[in-house]
Amino acid sequence: MRAYLRRAGIVVWKDVLSERRSKESVNSLLFFSLLLLFVFQFALGPERARVEAALPGLLWLAFILAGLLAFGRTFLIERENDCWEGLVLSPGDKSAIYLGKLAGNVLVMIVVEVVLLVLFAVFFSLDFTPALPALAAVLALGTLGLATVGTLFGAITAQLRARELLFPVLLLPAVVPVLLSSVSATQTVLAGQPLGEAAPWLKLLAAADLVYLVVGVVTFEFVLDGA
Amino acid sequence: MIQAGHLRKIYGPTAVLDDVSLEIATGQGLALLGANGTGKTTLLRILATLLRPTSGSLHVAGTDAVKQPDAVRGALDMVGHGSWVYEDLTALENLRFWAVMGGHDTGRGRLRAALEQVELDGSADRRARTFSAGMKRRLALARVLLGRARLLLLDEPFTGLDRAGRKWLVEFLLSFKSRGGTLVVATHSFDAGLGVADRVAILSGGRIVLDRHAAELDRGDVHRLYDELALGPGTAS
Repeated sequence: MRAYLRRAGIVVWKDVLSERRSKESVNSLLFFSLLLLFVFQFALGPERARVEAALPGLLWLAFILAGLLAFGRTFLIERENDCWEGLVLSPGDKSAIYLGKLAGNVLVMIVVEVVLLVLFAVFFSLDFTPALPALAAVLALGTLGLATVGTLFGAITAQLRARELLFPVLLLPAVVPVLLSSVSATQTVLAGQPLGEAAPWLKLLAAADLVYLVVGVVTFEFVLDGA
Repeated sequence: MIQAGHLRKIYGPTAVLDDVSLEIATGQGLALLGANGTGKTTLLRILATLLRPTSGSLHVAGTDAVKQPDAVRGALDMVGHGSWVYEDLTALENLRFWAVMGGHDTGRGRLRAALEQVELDGSADRRARTFSAGMKRRLALARVLLGRARLLLLDEPFTGLDRAGRKWLVEFLLSFKSRGGTLVVATHSFDAGLGVADRVAILSGGRIVLDRHAAELDRGDVHRLYDELALGPGTAS
């Protein structure tokens, strides 16, 4: 178990270190987030009621679009210099690599989500502070759901020529349960209602996370070997 | 160490490998020669368990490598066209990563010693992005030193190396062999390849058309046979 966790940990360490040095994903994601906010503001205009009604959907639209960019790149680093072959030939349970990649994606998404929340607050003069603890819980579950599927499909499509097209085509239908429950739960907490009001959605979200996580862990070895 | 029987690999209508049988004893070195597109890389990738043959059998160290690829992966290592080097990590960080992934000793002293053996100790803290192709190959070989591989598969390892680099690599591979390691080297560099080989095999059209002990052949023979068998009759110079 210790070796398994070490392998998962070293994958996170390697990806975070590479990203910190190259800044390839974070820079483009932050710039993309900024552009997205400009588009949203032009589309919605200054009317506050309109913004508040659309806010939960807009937040998750921004998160999933940023996720499409981030998750799709997850395994591209492994194609350079054929590092993928090294991962295939490394002994032990390959799901450790999946968990490492998943943790790296969750970390990137947390950074992007925090930046997006700040940008939403600034662009639309919103105050998320009262709903922040409940919102954080919804974001954590939703992000985990997106990242579990995104990481797995990122691996499946990494070696394909048409990956830019196939990745969103595969990912978006698969994350419908996550998006649906995340948007609904976000709507509840942003309306100032207690987190308990969103319990049915949170249960669905947690169940989806668990199912996707188990599927990712179980199937990753075949994905890595067969890609 | 390797027993391959009647290996075939078919992509669509094309048989890239056709009825390839090969036995390589422990401690032996095999130079695999052949023109471009004759199936050398495919054969190496099958031996490395990176690719499943369409049919045929493969045993590595007595284990069925087709049915149980994971069971033999700890015994082999590969230096292919890519060096498995992460460009934004330093040499030392790259080694640490692969040492953990392989379940090897990750002590700083051990990693530094491996870099020293491939003469990269002076560049341990430099990012791999700044390395030449030869330095990346040395880094890949340092990774091999960390492991317990008894079978080393190399695909065109001499390409892009200068004279000194080739000489160094030949010495490295001879030293690996002298410790009981088994080598399969796919190469176009006859002299360097023969320098580490006990046996020479020539692949043509996905088939092994020659398999002889290197001691039976001088360099002239190999060039002549290669021209005749790999490139076709009438090409001998």
